[in-house]
Amino acid sequence: MAVEYMGLSKIEGPLVVLDGVKNASYEEMVEITAEGGEHKWGRIIEVYEDKAVIQVFEGTSGISLTNTKTKLTGKPLEIQLSKEMLGRIFDGIGRPIDGLGDIYPDEMRDINGSPINPVARRYPNNFIQTGISSIDCLNTLIRGQKLPIFSGNGLPHDNLAVQIVRQATLSNGEDDNFAIVFAAMGIKHDVETYFRRSFEESGVLQKVVMFLNLADDPVVERIVTPRCALTAAEYLAFKHNMQVLVIMTDMTSYAEALREISSSKGEIPSRKGYPGYLYSDLASMFERAGIIEGSEGSITQIPILTMPNDDITHPIPDLTGYITEGQIVLDRSLFLKSIYPPVMALSSLSRLMKDGIGEGFTREDHAVLSNQLFSSYARVGDARALASVIGEDELGAIDKLYMKFGREFEEKFIAQGKNENRSIENTLDLGWSLLGILPESELDRVDEATLKKYYKPKEG
Amino acid sequence: MTSGYIAGINGSVIRVKGSRDFKMQEMVAVGKEKLIGEVISINGDGVIVQVYENTTGLRPGEPCVSKEKPMSCTLGPGIIGNIFDGIERPLKYINEKSGAFIARGIDAESLDGEREWDVRILAKTGEQCSEGSIIAEVQETSMVKFKLMIPNGVSGRIAEIKQDGKYKIKDVIAVIDCENGEKKEITLCQEWPIRIPRPVKGRKPISRPLITGQRVIDAILPVAKGGTAAIPGGFGTGKTMTQHQLAKWSDADIIVYIGCGERGNEMTQVLEDFSKLIDPRTGKPLMDRTVLIANTSNMPVAAREASIYTGVTLAEFYRDMGYHVAIMADSTSRWAEALREISGRLEEMPAEEGFPAYLSSRLSGFYERAGYMENLNGTEGSVTIIGAVSPQGSDFSEPVTQNTKRFVRCFWALDKNLAYSRHYPAIHWLNSYSEYIDDLNGWYEKNISPRFMTLRNSIMSILQEESKLMEIVKLIGSDVLPDEQKLILDIARVIRLGFLQQNAYHKDDTYVPLQKQFKMMETILLLRDEMEAVIKLGIPVSQVQNTDLIESVIKVKYNITNDDLSGFDRLNEKIRTVCAEIKSNNGFKRGV
Repeated sequence: MAVEYMGLSKIEGPLVVLDGVKNASYEEMVEITAEGGEHKWGRIIEVYEDKAVIQVFEGTSGISLTNTKTKLTGKPLEIQLSKEMLGRIFDGIGRPIDGLGDIYPDEMRDINGSPINPVARRYPNNFIQTGISSIDCLNTLIRGQKLPIFSGNGLPHDNLAVQIVRQATLSNGEDDNFAIVFAAMGIKHDVETYFRRSFEESGVLQKVVMFLNLADDPVVERIVTPRCALTAAEYLAFKHNMQVLVIMTDMTSYAEALREISSSKGEIPSRKGYPGYLYSDLASMFERAGIIEGSEGSITQIPILTMPNDDITHPIPDLTGYITEGQIVLDRSLFLKSIYPPVMALSSLSRLMKDGIGEGFTREDHAVLSNQLFSSYARVGDARALASVIGEDELGAIDKLYMKFGREFEEKFIAQGKNENRSIENTLDLGWSLLGILPESELDRVDEATLKKYYKPKEG
Repeated sequence: MTSGYIAGINGSVIRVKGSRDFKMQEMVAVGKEKLIGEVISINGDGVIVQVYENTTGLRPGEPCVSKEKPMSCTLGPGIIGNIFDGIERPLKYINEKSGAFIARGIDAESLDGEREWDVRILAKTGEQCSEGSIIAEVQETSMVKFKLMIPNGVSGRIAEIKQDGKYKIKDVIAVIDCENGEKKEITLCQEWPIRIPRPVKGRKPISRPLITGQRVIDAILPVAKGGTAAIPGGFGTGKTMTQHQLAKWSDADIIVYIGCGERGNEMTQVLEDFSKLIDPRTGKPLMDRTVLIANTSNMPVAAREASIYTGVTLAEFYRDMGYHVAIMADSTSRWAEALREISGRLEEMPAEEGFPAYLSSRLSGFYERAGYMENLNGTEGSVTIIGAVSPQGSDFSEPVTQNTKRFVRCFWALDKNLAYSRHYPAIHWLNSYSEYIDDLNGWYEKNISPRFMTLRNSIMSILQEESKLMEIVKLIGSDVLPDEQKLILDIARVIRLGFLQQNAYHKDDTYVPLQKQFKMMETILLLRDEMEAVIKLGIPVSQVQNTDLIESVIKVKYNITNDDLSGFDRLNEKIRTVCAEIKSNNGFKRGV
């Protein structure tokens, strides 16, 4: 039944058009043999009667209109799955590249997955302690959450991601059944090496599945890399009940690859040339995080994206923020003050935090404290704006205290060492000691009982 | 039966050839798996169908069969308390059938056909009935009584009617001898095409507020029953949170919550929370008056487009029974994007930012289905639509926000800076507006207090004044302002922290009755008047600032519970006494 077609009718960028095909199905995989005998994989992205538009994964170089053979496989893109994947390295479309041979698949799955039925989801409320104050206290990470890092070029997002991987522990201590799925899309070789070395140093390499599509790999493969990774994650989480942390970097390269393919297909662009379906496309990946009924496992996603020109309103961070459950925003001005991690507290957010903190999860005062820190730190901005006009010396007494609070908050609370692992209690106590700088009348988010228990004003 | 074959596939849009008999907006079964689709365009020999399920694996040549009816909803008992996808397929049933992941081509009836309902018959044999007449009722949930109405297009004499008893939705309850001589069988359920508004006798003037228990809405920017409102805001500003609060606490009889292209976890949260939460008015679980339409962002995009219409059709159906229904649509931007995506695949000429030129007419068509109506059966009911808008890049000048603004009368603009300082609800009082204030004035005067709107206007003018003063403060600091202006800043702070800011996680503050809202405004303005009197005597404002008056007014929202408002009298008395003391300490006699 495997009919081979000779020749193509058109080649454009990563796309080729094949005429006269019979029985081609939408999103089916095809095998292309170029003139020199080189094999390539492609996927049908549009069919009209006997014409099929094929996206070629390894790029179209070397393909000619004549003498190119195309074979339909009859199946959508599937990857091989098995528990053996842990500790292995795959390319962007799920083929092993670490020289250790093929894996013996337990099952094959379509990389596109299916949407999770909202009825079958369990609402995530299990606190993950990362040991990083700016995350634990202000933007708590919850198991089953999708919490991206919005970063800029040159900012230490990779260090932060590695620190999270190294330090993340669950509040109830069930740690051994975890796995990390790492999807690299268009990142530099150095970055890949950095991640691999860090996984090795922290002794988790045997728990990591890596899917690599590096900066010089074919762009078209980049579209399927995160989907392969998430299919592997779903397999590990929901079939083998593992706690899976998925790190996807860099989503910006992914979106750019999508734009490149969309424009070569001649689609009508929306904002900044990105296709109109960018939102749906990103959502089809981010929504694969979560916890479902009937399985002990979970998928927590930490996608990393670099905001072009540090612009949070750029379509990529903008649409991502609408899908994900919060965001951790890294800020260049904090970075220039040598503050690591340069987490911009005000624009960062964790939407699931409210249900995973407080008594029974972290500590009763957590919610109030983080609320008050946010609100006080927002006030610092006003004081600073004023100081930049009239000078700090001219500020009123309260505003001066705010200036002091702002400095200490950034230097003592936000900033911490790359290997410093603070327990949640330490973090919360630190927060209260900073609030001690401010007079009681300024703490308008705290009820009296909590105030009495935790607030200790500093003299002078 | 009209049938054709698939000629081409591009995402959710497929082209069908082989028959000229397809009708516009007709439902079709696509391919061997019988995926559900709808005809959206016809040209020459080709028909374009949008498919409500994932199209991976479809092949040209597969059959495409008409279902001979427009895209419609099944309307009957069992809707309330349920959760459906964008085309009214029951997600609980799909979960039982295909597991946690939604499979394709599942043939599922919208409503459970096996469940037996306790039906109480209201009409008798021989009675005349017409469209919308209520002939029986069913206690659908603890809060909602379902009314069996004569479907549209049927009127005549009741030839047969069953006794009270247990019936399934497909059982015949009555037979009508129609005026044109036909006999029509009436069952508990009927169908209605989702894109056509259900008919009414007429619109009634808008005069009653939708009471939400949220101060910034009820007191400052009220929405009416039968009105329309939009909540635009960038990500993280609390659109969903605000929608949840409204769905929980507003005094509608029925809530239709449409999760359109949003997060799956949010729908799970609504499901879990609403089953546990108790309605403050009836003491019953909130889920007993709620229906959820969940089409999350990873579910097929065409069904996202339909979900809005499915939701509003369900709402209209319950309105026809005489209920006040409120729709929360979160988010209409995702719906507009679904329109854009489909339009792009059809290669239509785009207007602004790739959106189709018919965006504004579709939006107006949706929002105009709201209203306070006199129904065909003489009852009154309303549909209120509250739509969240997610503007790209938080820029309110983008097409969806701008077009929405033209068709809604209430605009609750969420502000990023308020959200950053965790001031929730982050509705910005100066950038938002409500056109219902004049319509509702009479209601507030009659039911709460004749002074309600006067107080509201004083509060607004203080906030207005504050924003002007803040311009100066930003340049020179507040220390150099004269005392009159410092007073305005102080009172504005009390209003912002003590009144506008509301804590959704506090048991009393999450829902505040109108009486308490009124008392709070009264107390804040009393504080202003008393402080003003002190300052007029030349006493520095700092003397009042040093007392705990300001703080205690701010904390009123926590310290005075909703069921005992007597604390306000004591607080007002305290304000008067403390201010009088300050005056006498400075050598002024009481009563000056």
